[in-house]
Amino acid sequence: MKSSGGAPGYTLNHPRWYRTPVSTYWWLGQWTYLKFVLRELTSIFVAFFVVTTLLQLRALYHGPQAYADFQKWLKNPAVIALNAVSFCFVVYHTVTWFALAPRAMAVRVRGKRVPEALIMAANYAAWLAVSAVVASFLLGG
Amino acid sequence: MDETITLEVARYSPERDAAPRFDTFQVPLRREWVVLDALNYIKDNTDGSLTFRWSCRMGICGSCGMMVNGEPKLTCATFLSDYAPAPLRVEPLRYFPVVRDLVIEMTDFMKKLQKVKPWIIRKEEKPLSEGEYLQTPQQLDSYKQYSMCINCMLCYAACPVYGLDPLFSGPAAIALAQRYNLDSRDQGAKERFSVLSQHEGIWGCTFVGECTRVCPKHVDPAGAIQQYKLTAAKEWFKSLLMPWSGK
Amino acid sequence: MAGKESGLRMEPFLWTLFSAGGVLAAFLIPVHLFLWGLAFPLGWLKAPGYESATALLAHPIVRIYLLLLCSLPLFHWAHRFRYTLYDGLQIKHLNEVINFCCYGSALLGTAVAGYLLWRIP
Repeated sequence: MKSSGGAPGYTLNHPRWYRTPVSTYWWLGQWTYLKFVLRELTSIFVAFFVVTTLLQLRALYHGPQAYADFQKWLKNPAVIALNAVSFCFVVYHTVTWFALAPRAMAVRVRGKRVPEALIMAANYAAWLAVSAVVASFLLGG
Repeated sequence: MDETITLEVARYSPERDAAPRFDTFQVPLRREWVVLDALNYIKDNTDGSLTFRWSCRMGICGSCGMMVNGEPKLTCATFLSDYAPAPLRVEPLRYFPVVRDLVIEMTDFMKKLQKVKPWIIRKEEKPLSEGEYLQTPQQLDSYKQYSMCINCMLCYAACPVYGLDPLFSGPAAIALAQRYNLDSRDQGAKERFSVLSQHEGIWGCTFVGECTRVCPKHVDPAGAIQQYKLTAAKEWFKSLLMPWSGK
Repeated sequence: MAGKESGLRMEPFLWTLFSAGGVLAAFLIPVHLFLWGLAFPLGWLKAPGYESATALLAHPIVRIYLLLLCSLPLFHWAHRFRYTLYDGLQIKHLNEVINFCCYGSALLGTAVAGYLLWRIP
């Protein structure tokens, strides 16, 4: 097999080299890989939240009876269990997002790099503030 | 101290074996010994056919990368006493083809490194009479971390995307491209962009972050890649909103 | 190949949508999910009745907020799930189908949200 741009006569693939196959379950091989896959799977629960919100909006569209039926559906133990699991995953998304976001932005103030812990703290503070505002709107009645 | 530690070392001889197997060796457990010392002890005293790469034995050449108990490590910087008394498993660096025993074929990395043009690109060189390129400490600081890379490829052994997609450029190549993109003396960002903005460039990366965790020089290639994604996104919006602002 | 080129040109934009959706999801979804999914159904806190909900929706800002809350996290899911399928199930060769299903669903969800928020009395 001819090489492409390498030294003359050098092969890019040699049948005697051993290539370990990567298993479909590669993500179970290491705890850090598993944490990564769980982080990625949080997106499914994010989508689930959006779907339930769309269902709620549809209920609101159809009137008070539909809205009451939707509230009843939310009380179904299976739905509550699903929402509890979703909540855990969504919080995991928040925690991992705040941990990673400072690495994606090199924030510099007057030439010095802002410490990541500070950015993370700011994110958490903003999260608390925003949650309080949303809650006040929904509980204000 | 008459203690020993057991090493399970992967062996593969293309003439003899169809797949890698493990040989077990007993090695003296000296307090200051690293895995590389153990491998050299084996080669000197027990089995002279054991084949592995090493050079500086002080963590700067990047030659001695191997999997120690499933973790990519520089064997010259991994102490036996950290693993005693359990046996140690030494395997060749993951996600690379194995040539023999603990030696891997790294041409793929070398090619990818070349593709990102890891050197200062200038439209025009300054004439000697104008003196050297000056840089403030802030300008140095913006890329210095990425210049610490010793090309040891531990990050490639840690990156599942590289394992799954052999076309992926990989953490070190992209981090080194960023090292030059962020260098104030460099004018080659556009040239590197065409290589990096491929699916096999930055977009294949899903920010697993393992590369940063295993890097012995704290280069943070994952951070470099995400910052470059942000740059690429900004460029995209700029070209959309201000298409006249030229090449 | 034209398909690959245009796909590549979209990639920075799709990543931006993913990031924006991720930020919204990180900041807003926990409190929404906690209240609507757990606190209200379990009776820990009083849920807004039909009148309160429609009163809130009377403000166009609230409708825009809900549109963003529904749309962007869906694009976040679409982008992330696409790569999970590539790496997790190693079905990258089906990438055209995957892209169509993922981003298509996100567009569909956005359209449904937009329609409902426009038409709710």
